[in-house]
Amino acid sequence: MALTEDTKERRPSKAPLSEKFLPFVKGTLLTLGSIAVTMLGLLFITFIIGRVMPIDPVLSIVGERASQSTYDAVYLQLGLDKPLLVQFFYYLWDVMHLDFGISLLNARPVSEDIARVFPATLELATLGIFFGVVLGVPLGVLAAVRKGSWIDQIARVVALVGYSMPIFWLGLMGLLVFYGILGWVGGPGRVGIFYVDVVPSITGLILVDAALDGNWEVFKDAFSHIILPASLLGYYSLAYVSRMTRSFMLEQLSAEYVTTARVKGMSEWDVVWKHAFKNIRVQLITVIALSYANLLEGSVLTEIIFSWPGIGSYITTALLSADMNAVLGGTVVVGLIFILLNIFSDLLYKVFDPRAK
Amino acid sequence: MNVINRLLTSAAIGVAVSLTSFAAVAETPANMLVIANRIDDIITVDPAESFEFAGSDISRNVYGRLVNLDPNDLGAGYKPDLAESWDVSEDGKTITFTMREGVTFHSGNPVRAEDAAYSLQRAVILNKTPAFILTQFGFTPENAAETIKAEGNKLMITTDKKYATSFVLNCLTSTIGGIVDKETVMAHEADGDMGNTWLKTNSAGSGPYVLAGWKPNESVTLTSNPDYYGGAPTMERVIVRHVQESASQRLLLERGDIDIARNLNPEDIAGATDADGVKVVDELKGRLMYLALNQKHPVLSKPEVRQAFKYLIDYEGMRDSFLKGQYTIHQNFLPATYLGASDENPFSYNIEKAKELLAAAGVENLEVEIGVREAQERIEIGQAFQNAAALAGIKVNITVGTAKQILARYRSRDLDIYLGAWGPDYPDPQTNAGTFAYNPDNSDAANATGLLAWRTGWDAGGLTEKVDAAVTEGDRDKRIQMYLDIQKEFREISPFVIMFQQIEQSAMRDNVMDFSTGQAVTAAAYWQVTK
Repeated sequence: MALTEDTKERRPSKAPLSEKFLPFVKGTLLTLGSIAVTMLGLLFITFIIGRVMPIDPVLSIVGERASQSTYDAVYLQLGLDKPLLVQFFYYLWDVMHLDFGISLLNARPVSEDIARVFPATLELATLGIFFGVVLGVPLGVLAAVRKGSWIDQIARVVALVGYSMPIFWLGLMGLLVFYGILGWVGGPGRVGIFYVDVVPSITGLILVDAALDGNWEVFKDAFSHIILPASLLGYYSLAYVSRMTRSFMLEQLSAEYVTTARVKGMSEWDVVWKHAFKNIRVQLITVIALSYANLLEGSVLTEIIFSWPGIGSYITTALLSADMNAVLGGTVVVGLIFILLNIFSDLLYKVFDPRAK
Repeated sequence: MNVINRLLTSAAIGVAVSLTSFAAVAETPANMLVIANRIDDIITVDPAESFEFAGSDISRNVYGRLVNLDPNDLGAGYKPDLAESWDVSEDGKTITFTMREGVTFHSGNPVRAEDAAYSLQRAVILNKTPAFILTQFGFTPENAAETIKAEGNKLMITTDKKYATSFVLNCLTSTIGGIVDKETVMAHEADGDMGNTWLKTNSAGSGPYVLAGWKPNESVTLTSNPDYYGGAPTMERVIVRHVQESASQRLLLERGDIDIARNLNPEDIAGATDADGVKVVDELKGRLMYLALNQKHPVLSKPEVRQAFKYLIDYEGMRDSFLKGQYTIHQNFLPATYLGASDENPFSYNIEKAKELLAAAGVENLEVEIGVREAQERIEIGQAFQNAAALAGIKVNITVGTAKQILARYRSRDLDIYLGAWGPDYPDPQTNAGTFAYNPDNSDAANATGLLAWRTGWDAGGLTEKVDAAVTEGDRDKRIQMYLDIQKEFREISPFVIMFQQIEQSAMRDNVMDFSTGQAVTAAAYWQVTK
């Protein structure tokens, strides 16, 4: 095909440097701007909710039997006498310097606490989403391809149980069966008591740290502890991912291009995986990213049952103890995770779908 | 987790456990004690600041005190610890302690009178939450150097007036009485904080254990002090793991991965009682559950009405149903196991008697509000009381709220009735006498929100003076009798309906011996434990 003058103009190699980079710079600035606005909004809303909720940070510090003068002194010390907006701007200033303040309860910097608890959640969530995706996607595809068959019915039941069974109950039953009765896995906690603090904490991810240290005993013990909660979280992801995959695939499999491919004599494998599946990748990315974000947010109940010191139970404990610095710090981290995963999803869209470029 | 979920889970576990058997039960090493406990309340392990349950457990095992309570004989009261003996001056204001020779801190430094003086001065000067336990004797940051001083092997403390020696010594057995290693602490001082920042997460004691590590909401690890003057503990390592959920604690215990589970709910206690190799041990704790009738209310302030309300509580019914195993009936402000505690519980559930008293007071169509914090057991007590009151013709409206909402109204004397819980601050009867039965100025202007009697708007009358007198009585037996008398009068006339005392049930492997949670008077001790 002969090139027109217009198409010649659009060829990148011919475009001036400023035209080539201007959209990139503009796009980057827009992304950064939207991140900043989103974070500001998140901080503001969380801060306001934290201040108006009916728990008293002063009382949680001084105790219910403190005298009025002690109460007043701590009230002033926390800066609660200042207008809300002023308090917010002080807080914003500190956050911009990566200072989330001191935990009101354990008197440690919140940033240190988060650095300690977040890797535990990251490790659990990553393994969980791995199970969810590796098993959930093929199951969803298979259920769509064999729609109405026994495989589809099994996939439906698996997903239904995953959706409807309380995670708390399932977790305890899992512990009872696989830990209590069968003894196949480790109990609550990240490692057994003999392996606490045995390997140096480099990344905070105990499997990784054990591997880096070459201590396979600890690795094995840590794996036996993480496998059950991660499988449990993976199961919930699997239920969601497989149902969404099935739904996306059914839509694609009924499209005309699939019929054409089959008419042309293409193998069923190629039809399903090279054509239909290829077209659901972008939608799946959104589903998986959301699912992963939910796991990273911390599955509070799972963390409680398995005594897993993650960010979910950290924020919950802080909330119940009116430790608002910790709550705000944790919320900012969770918000940041959502934003980063969204950006990551956008990047992947561009990889998988040229129209998004 | 809601109640239904909890019951379902426990029931399911119970059925499953009864139908199956556990995999080969593991066992913790013979020289190691592993405890599952909720330790998310630990804020600091500095004895001058620590005031929470789990933090007190650490402190009790890590820091020696001038006088201490023996976990194997708590009823005997304080005994010599780092102080070998003491003398009281004629005016009763100065106690001179003679320090025990040859005792060392974990650092190897000798324990001196100078360290003891520094520790107590430090607690007064830092003035953290529990400092009132010492400052009530007249110690202030300004006078601490003169009132608490060391001379050679002697430590002298001089109070602002004469107090019962037992009162002062009882207070010194509490967490704030922990003696720290001055040299080690001062080596870690930053910005004049007297080592407070460092001691929040480290230890500098001379007790039977050394704090090896504390990870908030995860674990506390203690290692034995081989040079402990009382002899190295049998358990060379103690690990306290934070396990929030009762069912998880029970699984760990029955599987043999822990030795002691301290937070089992009644359903899991019932299940664990039948498990092989597990025993359940009860100990009375200091927490009291009570109703406070606001004396600013024109009807509730009538003596007959105050009496009537004490007959409107189904003590036995509640104890034997939803409070089973968790609370016992107790109608006095001093918890059982305290010096001067009374075991008399004269009131029983008697609607007719209550009606008679209400009629005698001329009360008809009474409608009152009761404030209850959103805790399951309190709500259930409130509902039981509401039903009983209805039978006597009283309409009770229950307001359930958060601690902030309900406590704020109680502290501002705004609630008709407050349903609350109270735990003692230190192991001396004054801790509760001084708040339930003491109110020198009942005016609104006094704003004495720290006193329960003031919050209730009750002029304790002659009891205030009697409490003052008891706190200065030097003779221990006489003092005990004074508290018994005060409580007898209090039971009859006060607007407090004290109902229950808490029981702590610990489940443990049956080879664990001599574990003590400290009853009502102190914290848990590990050094006497054997397996």
